[in-house]
Amino acid sequence: MNIHQSATPILIVIVPLITSFILPLLGWRHRRLVFPVSVLALLCSFGLSLVLAGRVLNVGPVEYFMGGWEPPWGIAFYVDHLAVLMLLLLTFVTLLVAIYSKKSILKEAPDQEVPFYSLYLILVSGLTGLVSTADMFNLYVFLEITSISCYALVSLGRGVAVVSAFRYVILGTVGAAFYLLSVGYLYSVTGSLNMTDLARILPGLYESNAVLVGFAFFVIGISLKMALFPMHAWLPGAYTNAPSAVSALVAGTTTKVAAYVLARVMFFVFEPSFSVETFPVTTVLSWMAAVAMILGSVMAIVQSDLKRMLAYSSIAQIGYIVLGIGLANGMGFTGGILHLVNHAFMKCCLFLVAGAIVYQTGRREIHTFRNLSRKMPLTTAAFTICAFGMIGLPPTGGFFSKVYLILGAIDGEQWVFVGVILVSSVLAIGYLANVVRYMYLTADEDEIATEMTVSSHGEPDREKVPLTMLVPMLILAAGVILLGLFNGVVVSQFIDPAIPIGLPR
Amino acid sequence: MLEFIIGHFNNATYIMLMMIGFYAMIGKTNLVKKLVGMNIFQWSIILFVVSLSAKRDATIPIVFGSHSSGSPAHLDASSYVNPLPHVLMLTAIVVGVATTGVALALLLRIYRRYGTLEEDELLKRIRSSG
Repeated sequence: MNIHQSATPILIVIVPLITSFILPLLGWRHRRLVFPVSVLALLCSFGLSLVLAGRVLNVGPVEYFMGGWEPPWGIAFYVDHLAVLMLLLLTFVTLLVAIYSKKSILKEAPDQEVPFYSLYLILVSGLTGLVSTADMFNLYVFLEITSISCYALVSLGRGVAVVSAFRYVILGTVGAAFYLLSVGYLYSVTGSLNMTDLARILPGLYESNAVLVGFAFFVIGISLKMALFPMHAWLPGAYTNAPSAVSALVAGTTTKVAAYVLARVMFFVFEPSFSVETFPVTTVLSWMAAVAMILGSVMAIVQSDLKRMLAYSSIAQIGYIVLGIGLANGMGFTGGILHLVNHAFMKCCLFLVAGAIVYQTGRREIHTFRNLSRKMPLTTAAFTICAFGMIGLPPTGGFFSKVYLILGAIDGEQWVFVGVILVSSVLAIGYLANVVRYMYLTADEDEIATEMTVSSHGEPDREKVPLTMLVPMLILAAGVILLGLFNGVVVSQFIDPAIPIGLPR
Repeated sequence: MLEFIIGHFNNATYIMLMMIGFYAMIGKTNLVKKLVGMNIFQWSIILFVVSLSAKRDATIPIVFGSHSSGSPAHLDASSYVNPLPHVLMLTAIVVGVATTGVALALLLRIYRRYGTLEEDELLKRIRSSG
């Protein structure tokens, strides 16, 4: 496959970045314009991602050199099949959440829409940059752009959100500092920061202590960023207390991108043989992921707050993704990446539903959701579809990614992990089916009668969630099913060509 | 052992600083002290990466002489310090300042809301406020 040059990768990053600096000036006088302009910028990014996807699928990987400086001297952007899949996912999900946020943020953080959308766009440019950059230090900068905007977005929430955000700052910075240290070590022995160049130089230095230490710090730093057990302490608080739109955004994107970076560096910068045999982090990561899958699910079962439950479930789902990467074979890798895409859709939609329930009823405790399906039929339907996806029922996407993961575990003859995936899926029924049960089944007849009479006096108490919030949720829920039906396309077009050379198929 | 430490002087220094920062982040209950610990942690790494480019008897990376007096072939790379780590760390410092700024703003909001920056007192007040 021949690599060709194009400026599209940088445009995807630059458009939201520049718009984010224009927004505060715009919002000064014309606050109403902030929302359409930011949606326009995100739409532009999404369109460019589609164009880029067409290019990558038809012609091959695309690269761009900043200022025309060729690597290893200049900073390069490199977009292959895997990266373009991530770009499509990120720009699509962020576009939908931005549309959703319009009304949601007005209610949960009034008068904050100008800073909210500015930070939002900075976050998007950081995420897309993380995915497409081919320079280790540039990756650090994008990692911090992403994180800093995340801290600020989380702190927009009410109550203890500030305290959660502060904890996130401390732990996130430690993660980034570890990453920086690893870049320092790798640079000290190779003298290069470009990923392709590093991949060329490193194989001769695999025995060097500096490379080993650098790699270890990299894995720890990125694990902190993606809240892999036992480094997940910042996640529950941050997800629970942030505004709902921010929870959906952060849960759907940032941890996923960190997982992508992990796979990128483990298998593309280092050779798979290094990560599997010379310095067997894949084994350690798999076991950590297995513990995360079980413990995250168990913690989710005992929560009574919907958002906190979803946050703990995120910890478990990160486990699936990392397990797929840690299995280090073709099937496992496919399952991990496919689950990454599916989970971004599902968890994003679930948090949006949680936000919609707060918007209409102000309730967050699961046991107060009695009779909710009568008041909000479409919202609860979206929740149910995503819950099925999380549990892994066909034909949702979650089913197929779990099948790939199990096949990967069987290929690697890791029977324990087969069991762990199955047990964790059963535990997922434990926490999600409970919510669905409350939404649909537990209202007794008297209660329905009284509630109906109460609501019939006033205005009809049905789906007061505005259309801008409802449509993104329904699109994401439909996406969960479509990803299941067309998982073959995603796997054959995007993931198969990206399976790293050297992984057993 | 002593020779090993002296030979890896920069490593020993950065690890010591890093552990001081680590201790402050874990052991101190005051949130400002935690933040200071975080800063020490970051700066220790910046110090380390800068020390990587240190070289005995080398000078700043500005080429002496004019274009007419010597061709680039006469340049001896070993007599110049590698400027790249410095430049990278300049960026890292900027990132660190931004993080500190955000953290300080958050601390300000925590103080305005709860009236304290001591962690145990803060947790008590969060619990009582529901």
